[in-house]
Amino acid sequence: MTPPDERRLLTPEEYRQAQDSPEFVELKRRFRRFAFPMTVAFLSWYLLYVLLSTYAPDLMSTRVFGNVNLGLLLGLGQFLTTFVITHLYVAHANRQTDPIADEMRGRLEHHEYARGTEAPDSSVGGGATRG
Amino acid sequence: MADLVTAADSGTIGEPAVNISIFAVFVAITLVITFRASRTNKSAADYYAAGRNISGTQNGLAIAGDYLSAASFLGIAGAIAVFGYDGFLYSIGFLVAWLVALLLVAELMRNTARFTMADVLAFRMRQGPVRTAAAISTLAVSLFYLLAQMSGAGGLVTLLLGVTGEAAQALVVVLVGALMIIYVLVGGMRGTTYVQIIKASLLIAGALVMTLWVLALYGFNLSALLGASVDNAVAGRDVLAPGAQYGATDTSKLDFVSLGLALVLGTAGLPHVLMRFYTVPTAKDARRSVVWAIWLIGIFYLFSLVIGYGAGALVGPDTILAAPGAVNSAAPLLAFELGGTILLGIIAGVAFATILAVVAGLTITASASFAHDVYASVIKKGKVPPNGEVKVARITAVVIGAISIGLGILALQAGLNIAFLVALAFAVAASANLPTILYTLFWKRFTTQGALWSMYGGLIACITLIIFSPVVSGAPIVEATGKSTSLIQGVDFSWFPLNNPGLVSIPLSFFLGWLGTILSKEKPDEAKWAELEVRAFTGIGAEKAVQH
Repeated sequence: MTPPDERRLLTPEEYRQAQDSPEFVELKRRFRRFAFPMTVAFLSWYLLYVLLSTYAPDLMSTRVFGNVNLGLLLGLGQFLTTFVITHLYVAHANRQTDPIADEMRGRLEHHEYARGTEAPDSSVGGGATRG
Repeated sequence: MADLVTAADSGTIGEPAVNISIFAVFVAITLVITFRASRTNKSAADYYAAGRNISGTQNGLAIAGDYLSAASFLGIAGAIAVFGYDGFLYSIGFLVAWLVALLLVAELMRNTARFTMADVLAFRMRQGPVRTAAAISTLAVSLFYLLAQMSGAGGLVTLLLGVTGEAAQALVVVLVGALMIIYVLVGGMRGTTYVQIIKASLLIAGALVMTLWVLALYGFNLSALLGASVDNAVAGRDVLAPGAQYGATDTSKLDFVSLGLALVLGTAGLPHVLMRFYTVPTAKDARRSVVWAIWLIGIFYLFSLVIGYGAGALVGPDTILAAPGAVNSAAPLLAFELGGTILLGIIAGVAFATILAVVAGLTITASASFAHDVYASVIKKGKVPPNGEVKVARITAVVIGAISIGLGILALQAGLNIAFLVALAFAVAASANLPTILYTLFWKRFTTQGALWSMYGGLIACITLIIFSPVVSGAPIVEATGKSTSLIQGVDFSWFPLNNPGLVSIPLSFFLGWLGTILSKEKPDEAKWAELEVRAFTGIGAEKAVQH
């Protein structure tokens, strides 16, 4: 059972310290460096495809081989890029962001961002460190 | 072919007894599993989030089961069979949308919330108003989605179970609704998850069989299959080129773009999809589940491309449109054409299972949102007796089940494409939810007023535009059926030309979120913002799996 109110494992001050820490700034930078440009890229590529299908149907009907036309190939290309971006994101997260996030989580659980406090109080932090 | 035509004329195809028995087997198996799952349901985390110990792989399958609704299986295959290329766009939008969920939403939401979307949206805002708004939009999206599923059930009943007459059809919908209520009441999220996993496996296996079968008939030559569907298409329609459904006028072209936008931005705002992320123990499992979901959903849509063109080539659009259930009957008709009564029975059973599983997922999400956000947090201000919240959630599930039964009976006669109805649900999700989710996660200055303007503005704009669009009234009369495709016949109060409102309502909602924020005097809660960011990116404080 969890109590109905939010479990507060850390003090607001600890969250502030963690947020201001250089490693957190780096974690966010690495996350954004991948996620934001990639989102712009795949949304643009998708919208380009939708717009081409809508406003350039003749171009999209160009036969490439047999009955397979450009529109169908670009559509299948959307599937391909979706799979590739999924893979790239997982690789990026595993290499770039997970190590920092895991390390910070460990330190937060041991209340290492609490300024001026000594060894963590086991009754507060104990439950969160398992798992 | 001749057999099929006469069978379609008489209203059913195949052997209803076979269809019903196969479906009954599925129901029996899933009910047993649901009752077993119910033994470990104790706390709210069990009921809403399956104790947070669903693995990433299982959750990926369950997401696929939740997402590959009747819209995907019946609607997309039917749209491709009849309109060709334009139907293909649905599947691409539905798939690419998952990248938004994977890159920007899934892990951060998993790390921050407990049970519902509102947990995140209200995190650093004034709880009452934001939770209420999020609950209202959750209910709105879920009801649109339910309408689509139930409408699909209506068509299937006539086609597959040999049930004719409005009273008998209504009885079947009541039965489907009652089953769904049992899954949700007894099994909670865990039972629902297992139903979805089983259904996803069956659906993907069934689609694989049909795909291979169709391809085998054409010597595994995609070009030959496409050629055959061209030969069989509605006269003068090029099913390989874009524009068969949407290319007629400037308005319909704009409608296509609007649809595309709603599809790609809707997924990451669907409450029942977001809720699935809370069933896994960690953010890494949330990521793993989305990766699984993307592969399963992508491969499934590739299958539906073949099934759709296969239905166009082997059954023919004229036969499909003349069958009960119209466009939505393409996949079952193809199954009958390929494998006769048995394959049809299997596919019909799978289609029913699909509707059951998706409707169960929607119901548990909507009931959780009401019980957790409105009842426990807003009405009772968090002072709820143990298990009081789950009790309310169960009562709400029954109410929502009853509403969806009512909607299903109303939707029985409507001949709308299900994929199209689902697209409207996506438009509501993309307008009312996604902007606020993104602002909450990534914009420090975002305030309560911004959230409310964006959510209510997006929701109201979206629904108003739908009400005054040709979806509800004023669409031209189709010669074949002698009826308008609008919900309401014989009147015309439409003034918004597009069927899908996304092109207007989504940008408007983003704009209102920004405007509401910069105009508000309220200072953002810095402490809560720090907590939200640190929790979202590091996963600290996220609830662990419940040990049993």
